[in-house]
Amino acid sequence: MKQYELVISPSRGGLAIDWREMLHYRDLLWILVRRDFLAQYKQTMLGPLWLVIQPLMTTVVFTVIFSAVAKIPTDGMPPMVFYLCGMLAWGYFAACLGNISNTFLVNAGLFGKVYFPRLIIPCSLMISRLIAFGIQLIMFAIILLYFKYFTQSGTMIRPGPWVVVLPGVLMISAGLGMGVGLWMAAFTTRYRDVAFLSSFLIQLWMYATPVVYPLSVIPEQWRWVAMLNPMTFVVECFRKAFLGVGLVNASYLMMSVVITIIVLISGVIAFSKAERTFVDTI
Amino acid sequence: MNTPIISVENLSKLYRLGEISATGIKAFTKRHFRKSQTVLNVADTSRDNIWAIRDVSFEVKQGEVLGIIGPNGAGKSTLLKILSRITDPTMGRAVLRGRVASLLEVGTGFHPDLTGRENIYLNGAILGMRKAEIARKFDEIVAFSEIDRFIDTPVKRYSSGMYVRLAFAVAAHLEPEILIVDEVLAVGDINFQKKCMGKMGDVVKHGRTILFVSHNMTAVLNLCSRAILMDHGRVMDVGKTAEVVSKYMVPDQRENMFCPNANKRSGDQRVKIVDFEVDPNPPRTGMPVKFVFHLLREATVPGNFYVDVAIGLYTEQAGPLFKIHSKQMGQDIAIPPGKSKVVVELQNMPLVQGRYSLNLCVKAGSQPLDWVRDGFVLSVSPGSFEDKSIYVEDGGYPIVVSSKWSVE
Repeated sequence: MKQYELVISPSRGGLAIDWREMLHYRDLLWILVRRDFLAQYKQTMLGPLWLVIQPLMTTVVFTVIFSAVAKIPTDGMPPMVFYLCGMLAWGYFAACLGNISNTFLVNAGLFGKVYFPRLIIPCSLMISRLIAFGIQLIMFAIILLYFKYFTQSGTMIRPGPWVVVLPGVLMISAGLGMGVGLWMAAFTTRYRDVAFLSSFLIQLWMYATPVVYPLSVIPEQWRWVAMLNPMTFVVECFRKAFLGVGLVNASYLMMSVVITIIVLISGVIAFSKAERTFVDTI
Repeated sequence: MNTPIISVENLSKLYRLGEISATGIKAFTKRHFRKSQTVLNVADTSRDNIWAIRDVSFEVKQGEVLGIIGPNGAGKSTLLKILSRITDPTMGRAVLRGRVASLLEVGTGFHPDLTGRENIYLNGAILGMRKAEIARKFDEIVAFSEIDRFIDTPVKRYSSGMYVRLAFAVAAHLEPEILIVDEVLAVGDINFQKKCMGKMGDVVKHGRTILFVSHNMTAVLNLCSRAILMDHGRVMDVGKTAEVVSKYMVPDQRENMFCPNANKRSGDQRVKIVDFEVDPNPPRTGMPVKFVFHLLREATVPGNFYVDVAIGLYTEQAGPLFKIHSKQMGQDIAIPPGKSKVVVELQNMPLVQGRYSLNLCVKAGSQPLDWVRDGFVLSVSPGSFEDKSIYVEDGGYPIVVSSKWSVE
């Protein structure tokens, strides 16, 4: 007879993730992804169509304001395509960060009544946002093709070999979003204002990242500062892959990966420590 | 299998009282940059801290059903939260040698927009079932919940009864080695409660262990073989359910002593019971026993006052058992001013070993002069009848009745 033993005692520090346990709950992961997706669009008129409408509308606004009015350069690309590409790259990260940082607040009731590895919820959010990203990617591809083959300004668009790196870049996005999100979630267990912080942090971060402007407008000697933000590399990489313009190289890649790994691991540790007693403080 | 399936050793949990957030930077830095704030200081008994549970230790063997009873605030739910891993203890440890499933609330994780079917999968997965397992038991779950027609409607449309039935149906089909249940059976109608108890009984038959917290003593007595009594965060008593329950129900009473409770006493007390004794103390099964009322009539008017006196005997588990009346004499008792004694004798104490509660009453006509409810805890010790042929057995049946048997 299998001897199963679990010891409950006051938490010590450290990375205490039981991977076997996470594996046992893998069905829950998929069910949660399904729940996130289905529940959002039940009884709505347009359903998942909202996933494409929102970035489209934002792009139109950006085109008017940043390109037409403020005349910020777009590396020679048609502005709509330029902004849409940036939004696509940025959107996944922002969604992950926004949703994950709220984990404890949104699920306090659930966590307080039943035990399951709490890390499952951030993981399920990462996956469900990935599906949303997929839908937006398809929309982007359609628009990209239209611009390339049916418009004058689109002749400069040159998708290239960097497309191969995109899954890796997506992982950087996910990792960073999860890492920062977990850090913020850990803080929300004590200080509610962190939740407000997260939404306006995301906004500011977007402007700090070359989403509505290309990296090329930043003078060369300051570019490494921008690169401390791993999302800079992600966004530029997306543009390089789909449009053919963007400043990317191996050292920028290394920097982004290293920073992301540090943030992710420390985020997981912070989250694990917080989850064991958050019920008492939230 | 001699190792207990649950071992709890000195489990303790400290809570900080007052508001959590540190307002202001100074408090923030003080909180986070002070040397580790483990709570093993003497200052812990300060008014800022409270020990929700303290030094709780007990063991549970496999297949046992342990009841956890106690007043509100005793720490029962905190204990369950720690054993369910929802929160961590401050000190001590617990070892669980089996998979645990906890029912601290019905419908945990139910999403109102999803249908009953979708929620069965969601709830089951949250409680720890694998998807294949849920699929296999799906029909049984639906049948148990009796909501077949509504299974594809969003649960926000369900009545509260349907909601609870569905939630419990999923939880009832878990197959953990250890099941922890916290008062969830308080909801639902009578039929449903019977069904739940039945299902829990089945769970026990399959050799599973249950920790059961409830305020419903009947449920506890029916389901649990052993019980622990908690109060103010500590374990007050451990033992056979009936004994622990009776100690809980009459916590402040000492045995075989007259302890009237002003809240449970009525009547104008023109004739007052000042004391009540039992002789011998303690009485023994089968042996003669005498009960003595010491009465006081404060009266300026001379002459006798006519009353009748009665003793009602009951237990928490079985309810009222019997009553003995002075009317048996055929006439009322004459009470002069001042003190008097009324004695009633039983040839053979018909009760088996155990604790029983007495209601004492002095009445004039239909009006109670002094009615003391629950004023005396009678503790009967083992004994035997003079007629040795009468068979006495300790156990669930309180009254010994002699009977004559023959085989034809």
